[in-house]
Amino acid sequence: MGKVLMKGNEVIGESAIQAGCKYFFGYPITPQSELVAYMAQRLPEVEGLFLQAESEVAAINMVYGASSAGVRVMTSSSSPGFSLKQEGISFLASAELPAVIVNIARGGPGLGNIQPSQSDYFQATKGGGHGDYNTPVLAPSSLQEIVELTDEAFRIADEYRTPVILLGDGMLGQMMEPVDFEVTKDNKEFQKDWATTGTVGDGPPKTITSLDLDDVRLEERNKQLQIKYKKIKATETKVECYLMDDAEVAVVAYGTVSRIVRSAIKRARDNGIKVGLIRPISLWPFPVEKIAYYSNKVKSIITVEMNAGQMVEDVRLAVEGKVPVTFYGRTGGVIPSINEVHEQILSMVNEVAK
Amino acid sequence: MKVVFERTKGLTNEETHYCPGCTHGIVHRLVGETLEELGVLENTVGVASVGCSVLSYHYFNCDMTQAAHGRAPAVATGLKRVLPQDRIVFTYQGDGDLASIGMGEVVHAAARGENITVIFVNNAIYGMTGGQMAPTTLIGQRTATSPQGRDIQSHGLPIRVSEMLATIDGASYIERVSTHNVKQVVRAKKAIKNAFKNQQEKKGFSMVEVLSSCPTNWGLTPEESLQWIEEQMVPYYPLGILKNSSVITEDIR
Repeated sequence: MGKVLMKGNEVIGESAIQAGCKYFFGYPITPQSELVAYMAQRLPEVEGLFLQAESEVAAINMVYGASSAGVRVMTSSSSPGFSLKQEGISFLASAELPAVIVNIARGGPGLGNIQPSQSDYFQATKGGGHGDYNTPVLAPSSLQEIVELTDEAFRIADEYRTPVILLGDGMLGQMMEPVDFEVTKDNKEFQKDWATTGTVGDGPPKTITSLDLDDVRLEERNKQLQIKYKKIKATETKVECYLMDDAEVAVVAYGTVSRIVRSAIKRARDNGIKVGLIRPISLWPFPVEKIAYYSNKVKSIITVEMNAGQMVEDVRLAVEGKVPVTFYGRTGGVIPSINEVHEQILSMVNEVAK
Repeated sequence: MKVVFERTKGLTNEETHYCPGCTHGIVHRLVGETLEELGVLENTVGVASVGCSVLSYHYFNCDMTQAAHGRAPAVATGLKRVLPQDRIVFTYQGDGDLASIGMGEVVHAAARGENITVIFVNNAIYGMTGGQMAPTTLIGQRTATSPQGRDIQSHGLPIRVSEMLATIDGASYIERVSTHNVKQVVRAKKAIKNAFKNQQEKKGFSMVEVLSSCPTNWGLTPEESLQWIEEQMVPYYPLGILKNSSVITEDIR
C-alpha cells in the first residue's frame, strides 16, 4: 500500500478499522466530523456497521451496548460533545467494558470555538465523569503516530477491559500528512467470555452492571479497579525524550504543541542552548518517573500547552520542587508560535543564570 | 403428584425486592413466561434500566446488561446491531426512566425502526427515589414533588407515550395494557408475546406499555391501588393496540 496522504480524522477511522474495529456510533461535531463521515463510508465496505446516533449521549450508550456484546467499538466527538459522553464513560469504566473514545478537542469552555485546544486535559486524565476511575489517555502528535496509537488504544482497552481515550485536537484532526498503515500491529486475540451475547452454548446467564447496593462489595469493586490502574501505570506509560541527554532545560509538551516545541528547541540548540523535550504520549498514566529522573539532571523545566495550565500540575507533582517549573500556554484555540516558545526557552535560561 | 403450576424458567429463583402489592412482579413473570414459551431464553439479552426495576437483572434468567438512566434503548441498539441475527434484545423500563430522562432515546429507537422490544411499566410516579412526580403523573395526583397535587399551570399535562410513539413511522407494534385484574393480565401477556414475536419476525420497534401499581408511593393498599389503576389511570391512558404495522423494517440490515 505504501504511504497515503490523508486527513487526521480519516486516519483515525482507517486505523480503527485496521485494528479490527467494525462498529462505530457517532454524532457530528466540528472539528471531528470527517471521522464520522469516513466511518459511514468505509464500515459497510468491511461488513461493519456505522450508526449516526441522535446525540453524543446515545452514541456512548450504543457503544456500551455493543461493547457488552464483546465487539471492538468506537465513538468520537469534540470537547462539548465529549462532556456529554462522560456519563457513559464512567459506566464503561465501572462495568469494565472496553471501548475507544476519541476527543478531537476544540477551544472552550462552553461552546467555545472550533480551533485546536488542549483544554480538555483535566477532563481526560482525571477521570472526567463521576466516581473513582481513570481512563488511559493516548495523545498522538502526528498522523503516523495516530496509526500506532489507535491500534494500541484497542489493545489496551481489551487487555484491561477499560475505556481508552484517544486525545487529539482540531489541528491533528484537520491536517494532512502521509501515513503508512503497514506498521506492526498487535494482533492479540482476546477471549471475551464475560460478554452478554445470550447464554446459548455458554452456560449460566451473565450480567453487566455498574451497580452494587452493598457498600462493602462496591468498595471491593473499587479496590479491583485501583489494582488494575496500578498495573496500567506500571506497564503502559509512554513517553518520548528528544535531545534530553545533555539538556539543562527541559520542555514538557504533548500532542500538537510538542511539534512546535521541537522546532523551537532546534532553533535554541543552533544558538548553543542545551534544551530538550519530554513528550508524554500517554497522558494517563503520566510519565512521572521519566520527569522525576530528569528533574535531577536539568536546571529548569518549562511546560507548554494550549490551555491555561493543566498538565503543568502533573509535571510539578513529578518534579516535587527540585527545579523551577514554569508554564507557557495559549488559550481559546490560539496556537503558540515557534518564536513564542523560543522566547520562553531563552528567558528561562536567563532566569536560571541570574 | 402432578405439577399443575410452576415457576417460569424465564425467571431466576431470586426473591424480588419489590414492595408488597406492586405489579412489577406480574410483569416480570409475563416477560419470563413469554421468553420461555417462545424458546428464546438462551438467545435473549435484556437491558435493565434505572428505577425500581434496576435490579431486574437478578430476576430475568437470561443475559442482562444494566443501562444508565433512560439510556436502555441506546444500549439495546448497540447490542442488537452487533449481535447475531437470531438474538432477542429487550429493555425493561419504568416511566421516570423512559418518559422523562430517556424520552430522546426511545423516540429515536422507534424512529429507526430498531428491532427491539420495549417493556414500559407506567405507574405514574418515580418509585425507587421515593414517589416524585413523573411525566405520567395524573392531574391532581399528590407526589413528593407535587405535594398539593399535580396542577396544569405549574407542571403541564401527563404524556401519553404510546399515542406519541404510535405516530412514528418506524414503530411497528405499540399496545397499552394493564395489570389491574386477571382479565387484563391475560391481555397483557398476549401483548408482550406479540411484541417479542414481532422482533422474531424482524418487524422493527415494538413497545408494550403496562399500567402498573405503586401502593407504597400512592399511599394506597394493594387492592385500592388496582382500583386506582382502573378508575384513574385507564380513563387517561386508554387500553388497546395503538399501532400494528405489518411492514418489515429489518430488510435493510
